[in-house]
Amino acid sequence: MGRNMSAVRLKNVNIGYDGTRVVEGVTFNVSKGESFALVGESGSGKSTVLKAICGLAPEWSGSIELLGQPGSHTPNLSLARRCQMVFQDPYGSLHPRKTVDAVLSEPLAIHGLGDQDARVEKVLSDVGLDRRFRFRYPHQMSGGQRQRVAIARALILGPEVMLLDEPTSALDVSVQAEILNLLKRLRRDRGLTYLMVTHNLPVVSFLCERMAVMNNGRIVEIAAASTLHNGAFTDPYAKALYAASGSVGETRDR
Amino acid sequence: MSLLKVQNLSVSFPTPGGRVNVVDDLSFELGQERLGIVGESGSGKSMTGRAILRLIRAPGRVSGNVAFDGTELTGLSQRQMRAIRGAKISMIMQDPRYSLNPVMNVGTQIEEALSTHERLPRRAMKHRVREMLEAVRINDPDRVARMYAHELSGGMGQRVMIAMMLIPRPRLLIADEPTSALDVSVQGDVLRLIDDLVRDNGMGLILISHDLALVARYCDRILVMNAGRVVESCAADDLEHAKHPYTRGLLAAVPQMHETRAELPVMDRTKWAGT
Repeated sequence: MGRNMSAVRLKNVNIGYDGTRVVEGVTFNVSKGESFALVGESGSGKSTVLKAICGLAPEWSGSIELLGQPGSHTPNLSLARRCQMVFQDPYGSLHPRKTVDAVLSEPLAIHGLGDQDARVEKVLSDVGLDRRFRFRYPHQMSGGQRQRVAIARALILGPEVMLLDEPTSALDVSVQAEILNLLKRLRRDRGLTYLMVTHNLPVVSFLCERMAVMNNGRIVEIAAASTLHNGAFTDPYAKALYAASGSVGETRDR
Repeated sequence: MSLLKVQNLSVSFPTPGGRVNVVDDLSFELGQERLGIVGESGSGKSMTGRAILRLIRAPGRVSGNVAFDGTELTGLSQRQMRAIRGAKISMIMQDPRYSLNPVMNVGTQIEEALSTHERLPRRAMKHRVREMLEAVRINDPDRVARMYAHELSGGMGQRVMIAMMLIPRPRLLIADEPTSALDVSVQGDVLRLIDDLVRDNGMGLILISHDLALVARYCDRILVMNAGRVVESCAADDLEHAKHPYTRGLLAAVPQMHETRAELPVMDRTKWAGT
């Protein structure tokens, strides 16, 4: 495992849907244990990159390498074990008629892992959910609790890489803070690698070390997250995006 | 005299454990100013906006008084209410994709909003629609007027919504999360547009949002709501000096652009919400 130090490596990747190219010439490298962000507006292709990495967007060319293994054009069992995705909307990504227990046991059954009972208990406590949530349905939980279940489902296979697609943008600020803290703690405790898609720059500042700014399917700039402290981006689009997401008190027009 | 005076407004819904007040004894006054209502999901901020326009249906129940420009709204019939909605008080909803009619072109929809409240010759009507589309900074109004909702981007759709809501020249605009379905880069444009139109036309604005920074930037006064009650009311400039622990908690939980904290402070919700 230690042979290769990068967890995710993309080189000149083009991705398309039905012949229309939406991502062009994307190249970046995420080291093991790093937290890397893809930022940009909707339609910039950032979620598509995540999909291609886990095999959900089959029309790609170029080179994708995931933990030393070549990327796949279809969802792949052995890759899924090591690389899991958390989606934006916990209201949409959990099956409404399955209990938390069923949702968490399914990946274990698919991957033929035993000791289901203990693993489910463990992962629930890892994401900070009480054991009484185990037999609840999604509609019996709040948004934050649901997102914890979605994170637990990704974690239960013990992946090394987590692909996070806007993990907090459907949540309230105070709940967002809880989930961000949780993600930060899990990464520290388990040495996880994060590749996160977001449009919220302050979240990047809190959770990530580096970021790639995407616009129209291309990466326009790769910068350290500390660039957000002073806004010293070189690309004009990255500068504009930074200016548009000014935080409290800094840019108040009146 | 104030434009809107809300007194002891309560909205309740039945639950297995009895009726629950989602808005609990709320009172405030609004002049020709921009008022922001902030709070988390379930704090009752949207219900307040809907209750003012009497848009709450059974089994929801509303009590209290809402006086608009001296007229008591709570006693009006549905027919009288329809003459107020749109013409005097308008509301912009969150997502233009759901609030625009998918099978009617944009021009016709905007025209309909106007013709419901005013009788104008056809030519004058077309002119007003064109003028309004220009006012919301749509570059090619004649082309856009022929388009349908699915052909518009989010920002464009929200501009059309704003045009539709403002064309009868209302006195008060209620904007319920007008930009949370939009991209950051477009959010600023849409809010500045609302702001300009509200100021130029001397309207009142109620901006409902969960985003403290945004409300602080575009409003004069802020009400912070939690569990149906106003926990804090202050001038937007004084938000940083907010006193109530709930407001302070909300402010602290927002990640900053120059974040250096290892962990974000989390609120003990059992203390406020009782759940």
